[in-house]
Amino acid sequence: MPNEISVTVNGTRHTSSVEPRTLLVHYLRDELGLTGTHVGCDTSQCGACTVVVDGSAVKSCTVLAVQADGSEVTTIEGLAQDGELHPVQEGFWEEHGLQCGFCTPGIIMTLHQVLDEQPDPSEEEIRHSLAGNICRCTGYQNIVKAAQFAAQRMQE
Amino acid sequence: MIAGQVSKLIGSRVKRKEDPRLITGEGKYTDDVILPGMAFFAVLRSPYAHARINSIDTAAAAHPDVLGVMTGAEINDRCAEPFPLFAILEGMQYPERWPMAATKANYVGEPIAAVAASSRAAARDALDLIEVDYDPLPVVTDMETAADADTPVIFEEMGSNLCYEATDQAGDPDRAFAEADGVVSARLEQPRLIPNPMEPRAAVAEYERSTGNATLWVTTQNPHIERMVAAKMLGMPENKLRVIAIDVGGGFGCKINTYSESIIAIALAEHIGRPVKWAEDRTEHFVATSHGRGQAQYVEAAYKKDGTLLGMKLKIYADLGAYAQVISHVIPTLTPSLSPGVYGIRDIGWTTIGVFTNKIPYDAYRGAGRPEAAYIIERVMDLIADATGKDPVAVRRKNFIPDDAFPYETPTGMIYDSADYNAALDKALDIAGYDDLRAEQKAARKDGKLMGIGVTVTTEVCGFGPAAAMGGLGGFESATVRVDPMGKVTVLTGASPHGQGEETSFAQIVADDLGVPFEDVEIIHGDTSIVARGVGTFGSRTLVVGGTAILKANEQIKDKATRIATALLENKIEDTLDPQLVTLEDGLFSIQDMPDQYVTWAEVGSEAYDGQLLPEDEQPGLEAVSFWEPPGLTFPFSAHIAVIEIDQDTGEVSLKRYVSVDDCGTVINPTLVEGQIHGGLAQGIGQALLEQAVWDDEGQLVSGSLMDYAMPFAQEFPMFELDRTVTPSPVNPLGAKGIGEMATISATPTVANAVIDALSHLGVTHVDIPMTAERIWRVLQNHGSRRRGGRS
Repeated sequence: MPNEISVTVNGTRHTSSVEPRTLLVHYLRDELGLTGTHVGCDTSQCGACTVVVDGSAVKSCTVLAVQADGSEVTTIEGLAQDGELHPVQEGFWEEHGLQCGFCTPGIIMTLHQVLDEQPDPSEEEIRHSLAGNICRCTGYQNIVKAAQFAAQRMQE
Repeated sequence: MIAGQVSKLIGSRVKRKEDPRLITGEGKYTDDVILPGMAFFAVLRSPYAHARINSIDTAAAAHPDVLGVMTGAEINDRCAEPFPLFAILEGMQYPERWPMAATKANYVGEPIAAVAASSRAAARDALDLIEVDYDPLPVVTDMETAADADTPVIFEEMGSNLCYEATDQAGDPDRAFAEADGVVSARLEQPRLIPNPMEPRAAVAEYERSTGNATLWVTTQNPHIERMVAAKMLGMPENKLRVIAIDVGGGFGCKINTYSESIIAIALAEHIGRPVKWAEDRTEHFVATSHGRGQAQYVEAAYKKDGTLLGMKLKIYADLGAYAQVISHVIPTLTPSLSPGVYGIRDIGWTTIGVFTNKIPYDAYRGAGRPEAAYIIERVMDLIADATGKDPVAVRRKNFIPDDAFPYETPTGMIYDSADYNAALDKALDIAGYDDLRAEQKAARKDGKLMGIGVTVTTEVCGFGPAAAMGGLGGFESATVRVDPMGKVTVLTGASPHGQGEETSFAQIVADDLGVPFEDVEIIHGDTSIVARGVGTFGSRTLVVGGTAILKANEQIKDKATRIATALLENKIEDTLDPQLVTLEDGLFSIQDMPDQYVTWAEVGSEAYDGQLLPEDEQPGLEAVSFWEPPGLTFPFSAHIAVIEIDQDTGEVSLKRYVSVDDCGTVINPTLVEGQIHGGLAQGIGQALLEQAVWDDEGQLVSGSLMDYAMPFAQEFPMFELDRTVTPSPVNPLGAKGIGEMATISATPTVANAVIDALSHLGVTHVDIPMTAERIWRVLQNHGSRRRGGRS
């Protein structure tokens, strides 16, 4: 039996009818057409699907859409404000923090939350905070630099 | 030609054109394609590594949400031909391969049937309702015994599991061994690796029944080869199949092959009359997408006591899996070809044995055949250093091909274009502070600590073609350069990227060469209906071959634009002009000695299509097509140094420093080159320390998900220390060599050498990769450590 849910995504309220087994990531991608959030694995390792739900970075492949009922969700599409990139996005562009770009939205959403909680993380802390995200292209070096760039920009 | 021109963007750290869409969620990956009426399909796969299929019953899958089911027999019947193979080797035998297993499954994961349904979940549910009756058969998993007489034969018609056995030699290896002061030998294992690009594979197909035209969106590194293969197999003319791959989320070689799902997608779309989508699960990726590496290597090396490597004898087993695909069978042959590495050895004998096993086929994985070669020769150098009591750096220098020997033909027939190994090594030693590191190591050992230093100097082959090196895939790359009436430039390239950043590097080349702003250049790729022909991105060929094709098209554009500019200037000065007097500089066409008389690209572009002032013998338009095939291959090289420590209690290896000095010839964008090196290092280090496909005797992949297969995380790495030397290649006008694979190739032996170096005073001369904590812990238990009273 489909369930009625109401979710605010990137500031817009959506009321939808979903199967109880629908994952949040599939709801975002297939129902709302927000394809910036990616599916990279099926065991919660890779973090490509990371979005922010009620202020917490979560893996949207591990949350049911019905669990997000009543929540506020921010996806990669909702991060830039008024055409201005978020400092984390800016950091990725400035520091060449991405190559193929597939893991990038999830990592940006993770770091967005990390920097909210810890505005001036050490390199070690940044690397530790990425324990739930896999990137196969960059060797993580420029992702760390992107985070450092963003941290500095956010303190300006 | 770029040489001699004042560069503005070439060599600069230009930010990527690709990034704004990728960091805002506007990328266009295959799984992002949503079409009206689109259905989803799922693939039923063999749970057995080897089994006869007695029957398939799909009746129970009939459900209102299910739109169509196709079994192996039905899909294969729809095909005009089996999968094509390229570059067939002399004397090789191979089985026919069709999109699905119809009567016998030969590896776990081989497609058996496909279901299209109205949702992803419904398609998946329906798979469980298909009844397949299997008879399991004996399973072949060991590559070294696969071709033995008493091993069960997978393809009965072939009589054995041998694909090929190729024995050859250069020089006189027997004499080298007779003259030697000593011989070192080793058995080296190259486990299979799972490529794991972060974007799993996907395919979306649309089929227009009225015209027979089809469109396939697919995760591929080479859309044009995909079109060629899929069209052939489906019996379609190429011009009725459009293949699109705009953003591809990494490939590393595993997205070269045309997979069954592409064929199934088109066939299903035709069958049900609706567009269909398939997206691979990650766990599915482990058994549905080709693996890499997979060799057992036996090496004997003859040396003199001064450290000179005299000769080598190699025996290389390659586990091809159940089928050969594209040119996968050729990959193992690159290993002996590259085995001399950067050294002047002339006497080598080798046997390469490619066998079929009940595993998913193997194929290119970042480096493809060359990492396996670098691993052999760089382990050999350390074994000789150990045997002769010399420093690994000194042994390498002793054996280098001299700096003045290039171009240099190796005994295995490779022609190295250019190199200066001493310069790269000097730089790496200097950055690392090598002598201080050795002193530090000595002190650490006194304190009972395990610290190791690994050094390698390696080379590899890339920039493929020429055609002869490509076995029928084509050795060219194509470029179309188009100047529009506003003077803006559009480039169509057949080199289809998957993260390399060619929209940026190619735009840098065009901006400098034509003198137009970087922002005025658009690079279009990944759509066969827009880009007529191409070969694709693999073997670090994109910049070398694709970049040069653009330069060649630019030459034609500049010629015609200069003629048009001459006509415009004649009209301006109301006089005739010798076109020789009109020159293009900084984007302006001006008359020699009359710098205030000039026209712009916008004026030339506008006139090219307006055409009222064109000379009588000039046709309108400003567009040029170029196909460029390189005359030879390129050989980047590198000197790497790794410093590691081992936790004596757990065996865990931690990487403390990594110095990477790489030479890829001319650098277009240092930032992109460094990015390729960072990622390459991570993959090579992952191979050395973490990654391996583990199989049981039944041919089940035990490390079959991201829960079980160790991918490197951010915490595994220190900040890499990079530098470069620049030795331009003489085989292309850019002077570029390619950098996609170099760091991966070097990193594995560098880290392996460092780990073994840390244990060498305990008498350890060999540990297989991956050097996991468990493996090192066992080595420590067997050899004892200083702290536990082992020998020092």
